[in-house]
Parts: sequence; C-alpha cells; structure tokens
Amino acid sequence: MSDVTEHGHGHHPFLQHHFEDLGQQHEASTLAMWGFLATEILFFGGVLMAYWVYRISYPEAWALGAHQQNTMYGGLNTIVLIISSLTMALAVRNAQLGSSRGTVLMLILTLIFGSTFLGIKMIEYHMHYTEGLFPGTHWNPMLSEHARHVLTMHPELGPKLQLFMVFYWGMTGLHAVHMVIGAGLLIWMIWRAAKNHFGPEYYGPVEVMGLYWHFVDIVWIFLFPFLYLIPGAHT
Amino acid sequence: MSQEHAPHIHITPLWIYIAVFLALAAGTLLTWYASTLELGALNTPVALLIATTKAILVILFFMHAIHSTRLTWVVIIGSFLWLGTLFVLTFADYLTRHWAIY
Repeated sequence: MSDVTEHGHGHHPFLQHHFEDLGQQHEASTLAMWGFLATEILFFGGVLMAYWVYRISYPEAWALGAHQQNTMYGGLNTIVLIISSLTMALAVRNAQLGSSRGTVLMLILTLIFGSTFLGIKMIEYHMHYTEGLFPGTHWNPMLSEHARHVLTMHPELGPKLQLFMVFYWGMTGLHAVHMVIGAGLLIWMIWRAAKNHFGPEYYGPVEVMGLYWHFVDIVWIFLFPFLYLIPGAHT
Repeated sequence: MSQEHAPHIHITPLWIYIAVFLALAAGTLLTWYASTLELGALNTPVALLIATTKAILVILFFMHAIHSTRLTWVVIIGSFLWLGTLFVLTFADYLTRHWAIY
C-alpha cells in the first residue's frame, strides 16, 4: 500500500482507530448493516401485513386492483432489478479482486439499471394518474376502461379499490424512495472506487452498499406478485 | 493483535453469481406463469413459495450470508423471527374474528 505513509502512523488509511484491524472493522460494518436491515425488514413487513389483512378482507377488490396494473411493465422491471443486483454483486467481486476499473464499471451499470427501473416506474405512475387511479381528491377510476366496466356492475368495490391503490402507491413509493437513496449511495461509491479506495484488504463500503441494494431488490421480489399478479375474477 | 489482518475474503466464483441470476429470472417468469393458471386456493401459496425461494437465493449468495459470521446469522434469523411474530400474532386475531372461510 503506497497510501500507508499518507496517514502518518503506519496503518491502512481507512482503518478506524477504534478497530483492531481491517478484518474486525469489516465484520463490524457488515453486522451493523444487517442490524439496520432488520429494522427495514420489520418496516416493510408492517406494511405488507396490513396489505394482507385487507387483501383477505376484500379479495375481489384486490384482484380488480391488480388487474389495473400492466404486468409487462412490472415483469420487465423485476428483470431489470435482478440484473442490477447481479451487477452490484459483481462490483463487490471486482473490489475483492482489486480491480478498480471493474468496480467502477459494474457500479455504473447498477446505476443505469436502477435508473431504468425508476423510469419504467414513472411511466406506470403516469398511466395510473391519467386513469384516475390516484387516491384522494383526483380519484376517478371511471376513467379506466376496465375498472369502469367492473365498477358499473359492482359499485360497492369502488372504495375498496381505492384502498388497494393506497397500498399500491404507498408500497411502490416507499420502494422507489429506497431506490433513489440507493442511487445516491451508488454515485458516492463510484466516486470512491474511481479514486482507488477499494481493494482486497478494504472493500467494506461496497459490500455494505450491496447489502442495501439487494435488500431493496428482495422487497420488489415480493411486491411484484403481491401487486401485479393476484388471480381472481378479472372479466 | 499488532499485525493488521485483512478481512477474511471469500470470493464467490463467477458461475455462482450467473447461476443465481438465471434462477431469479426463471423464478420471475415462473411466478408470472403460475398466476395465469387456475390453481384455486393454491395460487397464493405458490406465489409466496417462489418469492421466498428467490429471496433466500439473494440473501445466501448475493448478500454473502452463506459465508458470514455466526453473529450475522443470528441477526438475519432473528429479524425474520420477529417478522414471523408480527404476522402470527396479528393473524391469530384477524383470522379468528368471524366464522368465515378464508
């Protein structure tokens, strides 16, 4: 390490003084990230639980709500996010192998796929908005051809469909906020990797960033079937 | 411990990452396909099973849980135990309020 002398007293520049060595520092940060993810699991878990309580109460409205979604966009976004998880994992691998160029490349690809996901999500949000499927004062599901067809026959489903859309916007919105934060972290990591900060002895930040990114991917793995693929009386 | 110890690195072979990615992509197609089938009451458990399998693959291989320390395992398993407690206690209430078939 040519950087060793930079810090002045003979240890790796990114070893914090309260740790014995880089190995201990790495384990501590990984453990702490999992501790944070435990709170995230319960955070999203609480919303998912509320979703299931209402899904069990109003199965027809939930099936109608899922039918308002474009499965092709949802499925495409699932694949896009899985690809971004692969490139994120490969970014960590490149950092472990000491390839800064590889790390930067994989992190940039992750950022591109993450942004693609958000772009597709915005197209969907726009579609729902123009179809009157945003809950609140602009709620007007009669603008959606399919919803109008069903709601004319079953007007009692209207408020329950609105409740489904509250969950839809809330859950995908929370997920999207996490993606935006992840994109910010990625830019930070790209900058650090480009400055040659990472290598086999120190790659904790990329690893921890990866844990966050994969967790957000897992949330979507559940949101896709829960919001887009509910079987039921669609016709 | 005067000597600096680098992290205990386990570098996952490339083919494992690719295989996990392909399994996740296949799972996505499978969950879509399964939702188009008329499985009656089985549709939801099938979707949950596929999503849970995908999540476990991500946690084990992409998130390197399989090579993490036992203390990390305790945190991972512990967080899902708490999640399970949340679901079990809540549904013990909601699912037993009426004599209805869900």
